[in-house]
Amino acid sequence: MPTLVMEKPELEEALRPIIERFKGGKGITIPLLAAVQEKIGYLSSDSLDFLSKEMDIPAAELFGVATFYAMFRLQPQGKHVVRLCRGTACHVQGSLRVGEMLQRHLEIEEGQTTQDRLFTLQFVACLGCCSLAPVMMVDDEVHGRLTPEKAVEILESYRKAD
Amino acid sequence: MSKIIVKVGMSSCGIAAGAGPVYEKLETLVKGREDVELKKVGCIGLCFHEPLVEIEQDGKSSVYGEMTPEKAETLLAERTSLTPVLSQIQDAPENHMMGKQVRIVLRNCGLIDPQKIEEYEQRGGYASLRKSLLELSQDQVIDEVLKSGLRGRGGAGFPTGMKWRFAHDAKGDSKYVVCNADEGDPGAFMDRSVLEGDPHSIIEGMAICGYAIGASQGIIYCRAEYPLAIKHINKALEQAREKGYLGQKILGTGFSFDIYIKEGAGAFVCGEETALIASIEGKRGMPRPRPPFPAHKGVFGKPTNINNVETLANIPWIIANGHAAFAQYGTEKSKGTKVFALAGKIKKGGLVEVPMGMPLRDVIYTIGGGIQDDKAFKAVQMGGPSGGCIPASLIDTPVDYESITATGAIMGSGGMVVMDEGTCIVDVARFFLSFTQKESCGKCPFCRIGTKRMLEILTRICEGKGKMEDLETLKELAPQIKDGSLCGLGQTAPNPVLTTLKYFEDEYLAHIRDGKCPAKVCSALIHYSIDPAKCIGCTKCARACPVSAITGEIKKPHFINDDVCIRCGQCMKACPVSAISVE
Repeated sequence: MPTLVMEKPELEEALRPIIERFKGGKGITIPLLAAVQEKIGYLSSDSLDFLSKEMDIPAAELFGVATFYAMFRLQPQGKHVVRLCRGTACHVQGSLRVGEMLQRHLEIEEGQTTQDRLFTLQFVACLGCCSLAPVMMVDDEVHGRLTPEKAVEILESYRKAD
Repeated sequence: MSKIIVKVGMSSCGIAAGAGPVYEKLETLVKGREDVELKKVGCIGLCFHEPLVEIEQDGKSSVYGEMTPEKAETLLAERTSLTPVLSQIQDAPENHMMGKQVRIVLRNCGLIDPQKIEEYEQRGGYASLRKSLLELSQDQVIDEVLKSGLRGRGGAGFPTGMKWRFAHDAKGDSKYVVCNADEGDPGAFMDRSVLEGDPHSIIEGMAICGYAIGASQGIIYCRAEYPLAIKHINKALEQAREKGYLGQKILGTGFSFDIYIKEGAGAFVCGEETALIASIEGKRGMPRPRPPFPAHKGVFGKPTNINNVETLANIPWIIANGHAAFAQYGTEKSKGTKVFALAGKIKKGGLVEVPMGMPLRDVIYTIGGGIQDDKAFKAVQMGGPSGGCIPASLIDTPVDYESITATGAIMGSGGMVVMDEGTCIVDVARFFLSFTQKESCGKCPFCRIGTKRMLEILTRICEGKGKMEDLETLKELAPQIKDGSLCGLGQTAPNPVLTTLKYFEDEYLAHIRDGKCPAKVCSALIHYSIDPAKCIGCTKCARACPVSAITGEIKKPHFINDDVCIRCGQCMKACPVSAISVE
């Protein structure tokens, strides 16, 4: 998923087709924001302000929805998003220790992005792969039966591949 | 000899375990071979053996587990050198996991290619929709569901037929059928498995419901964390439209019905009906008071019937086989089967479907194979963050709505997370409270602030700073949060604390009074040390320690600096002579 920091005219250019697609529809806020996030990587205040004006939806409503759901980000993220499952089965199988190890290894806290913008670390609720616990997703790939060391090895393999 | 059919389990968990490379390898191997047919299927439920490959020939089949690309090659060349994890010999020990199951909801999971509507049709798919539209009146369909005794599988257990009746009787120019596929309970993945492995069963169930209540529009509200499920449903919807099972004038009758998917955006509270409706309408997913019930005022103010995935997957089976066939399974008040997701410290984790009323012991020991490493069974957590921990002493409790509720837990969506002696119960209670506290939408003060206070207390206890009066405060807060909350999230949030306090008060007391964590989990209450008599000075522990807390000269006993130690346990794993212990 690209994370682009754009100048205003460029941003407006990028958002226009999305606005065209959703304008006037009912119950469109969530898919609209999802489409914007997919396009520019996150929901910047500039983009939400622009959407609000163009689509005649109060900015408060857009921010309200954007901050309510876990999927939406108001900050740009790293190249790879690491989602460590903190569901019950993973918890019982030691995902906390995996999380601690990843935070130490990447030298960031949960929710943050590494300085080189390579990894964003998130702790998420159940990914639904409980029988492979503990589990983490790097971008769209699920890695199961983790140990703290194995999790670090996996991240390093992504670093090497870059 | 007949054709060899090779099926690879390609659900999310199969892929996570490495089914992708296995499939690719098989694809190159069977290229050009007329006698072999390669298929992608959903999850058969034997998750602990993933990746799985099933070989079918001459009407006989065997399932092979822990597959790798290399093993796949052997499998095609000469099968006899590999031992199947499941075979057609009925008494084979590997079959015990399946033998006690009754598969209604999971009838097609792992057997058919979910992306081929023909395979669903070959197993009787869409015959129930045909039967409903051509032979049964709306009332007859509702009666059939009502008499079957089917109750909502999402958690609350409300009779499905009654729900349909309310929606049918509600007046409105247009009505909606919503499938709640926002499976948010951590530890539950049965809905994902059905969505991925048998999407047509849900589409058919929804169409039958649409006919019965007089709706023309269906919505599947699916969580965005399930990309493969969304992909499979979209494909299935296309196919159903092509074949005329969805769209205008279905099967030549006057009934028109179509379905679209609405992706969730990650909010646990959206599993609650009114919050889900708000989310479909594009708003913050916050619940509202009922009445009006969704049956009267639901999506965009129209009469709406909401059922969960598993409930809907039962419908075509009930219509095809009749209510009596369904009601023969289960107990007096809980009919049919229930799918459970077995996870945690269990040997054979996976998805199982059993008749209601089966004792927990059979589910955990006979089907689940018992506890990992044969440790002592401590408790099973049921119902996710809304449920509770059922202790070992109640292992003979039958799984039905009433019996489970009597323990203080709830049936919930069917997650069963098994815990052994190495699981700290206070830590588990804290885990659930941190979940509900984060997921509380904030509307009701008791839920918003109350869960936060409870979490603070539990955190304090886990850190060894608990006070005796904390237990009283917890017991006092819990009923107030339950009474003061509008929706299921707040009304059930204290359950994990209440059940653990009820059955494991000793463990709370050990944390507070003795400053000990009996399961040796809570970091603040445990200490690692090296036995100088056993230590051989190999330095392995010092090298494994991520925070350099271990010092010592080579070939001399090492020492752990307790102030620096972060209790990660790496040293204990690294020690070749078991000189490190934790107290």
